[in-house]
Amino acid sequence: MDRVVSIEDVAGEIRDGMTVGIGGWGSRRKPMALVRAIARSGRKDLTLVTYGGPDVGVLVAAGCVRRVVTGFVSLDSIPLEPHFRRARSAGTVLLTEYDEGMLYWGLLAAANRLPFLPIRAGLGSDVLRVNPELRTVRSPYADGTELVAMPAITLDVAIVHLNRADAHGNGRYLGPDPYFDDLFCLAAKRRFVTCERIVSTAALIESGPPQTLLVNRSMVDGVVETPHGAHFTSCVPDYDRDEAFQREYATTDWETFRTRYLDGDEAGYQKAVAR
Amino acid sequence: MTGPATRAETCVVACAEAWRGDGAVLASFAGLIPQLAARLAQLTFAPDLLVSDGEATLLRDGQVEGWLPYRSVFAMVAAGTRHMMMGASQLDRLGNQNISCVGPWERPKSQLLGVRGAPGNTVNHPVSYWIPRHSPRVFVERVDMVSGVGHDRGAHEIRLVVTDLAVLDFATPDRSMRLRSVHPGVTVDEVVAATGFALSIPDDVPETREPSADERRLIREHLDPRGLREREIA
Repeated sequence: MDRVVSIEDVAGEIRDGMTVGIGGWGSRRKPMALVRAIARSGRKDLTLVTYGGPDVGVLVAAGCVRRVVTGFVSLDSIPLEPHFRRARSAGTVLLTEYDEGMLYWGLLAAANRLPFLPIRAGLGSDVLRVNPELRTVRSPYADGTELVAMPAITLDVAIVHLNRADAHGNGRYLGPDPYFDDLFCLAAKRRFVTCERIVSTAALIESGPPQTLLVNRSMVDGVVETPHGAHFTSCVPDYDRDEAFQREYATTDWETFRTRYLDGDEAGYQKAVAR
Repeated sequence: MTGPATRAETCVVACAEAWRGDGAVLASFAGLIPQLAARLAQLTFAPDLLVSDGEATLLRDGQVEGWLPYRSVFAMVAAGTRHMMMGASQLDRLGNQNISCVGPWERPKSQLLGVRGAPGNTVNHPVSYWIPRHSPRVFVERVDMVSGVGHDRGAHEIRLVVTDLAVLDFATPDRSMRLRSVHPGVTVDEVVAATGFALSIPDDVPETREPSADERRLIREHLDPRGLREREIA
């Protein structure tokens, strides 16, 4: 029942061309230790599905990404993601741009094993122009409303970062927002949780109210303990976003940043960013 | 604390007016002045408004009163029980808004935020816009990527557009943009010159109302004692 693995094990499960869903939101509770491991692994042609933050920037800059499926890419306190912007203007990354509610609905459809779910979001907007494969559907009931038929977004792999988990794959968030981490896991074939601390099941249960136990072991294939593993994104209440480091990330050219922080392993990264 | 209102304070009150009469809906915002505006409205003439901290906590006069994670925000979007004041990198005369990118979407000159929730917001619930710098670069004939939809594309309701110069609305027969009021010290000609399309201009354009003494006090002493609002339109 023990599902504890290493970040290298998880990175090894991700193969070129796969669709990878990444939990968190913007620059909040992102599984950055795993993102860094994927960046080091040299994977190619990944499709990322994400409420985008520096996960997108790092993997795009590292050359791992063919397509990003998202409603936005932002560092929150720094509104625009520099590496993603550059890649978009250079034409080196493809984009599937949805309204952020459509992305939620696509994951919800996948989690519920439905081919699509109807939604109003997108109607009339250029989201339909830039995604010509999207179809609308008419309500079969008396209202006859036309709605976007948001297709299920199925994932090969989901990676999420939580505050606490046990070795079996039960996990909880301790911050204010679950984001959509449970849906990412439910929409994926293989699911990996990184966490600040792996604790006993009893300690996990004692660490908060039952409704913040966001994932259970049926939704998780592997658990990794990655202390400070969401750095430099926020992982409250364990730690806030490292704003100074995020500014350095956003203003340093990629080769310098990579050499300074990513050429070693995760332990080396954590040593380099400790200040 | 009794000095005349600054332009930023006039803008806070003009933005707050967008939520007048809304009842118990979620007042969402992008930008500091709309945030101050939502809080001011909640403290004064729209006490039923829900205001979040920008993450998952609902606040009433700075005190926690509830929980609203993103999944619940999306539920309120779909239910239509929300009125958001968004920003716009581009806005056209029928209220189509762009926050996604400038230039051709396929390979933009400048990638911006992405459409975010603008498509869903605009078809589900009232929206207003806050434009801290009224200019022909924002008010354009045609936006590059329709994120929030305008009245020609099925907008639910676009209530107000508040800028550093004026307040605009869509109270015209074809629901195109109209100059509703100019801020004290601004001329109609200045607004026309800063707008990249033909605005509907009534014969008589009033001045935007000045913040009351009570509103000035709340803004200066309670909501923004550090005066950060002045930087947003500097």
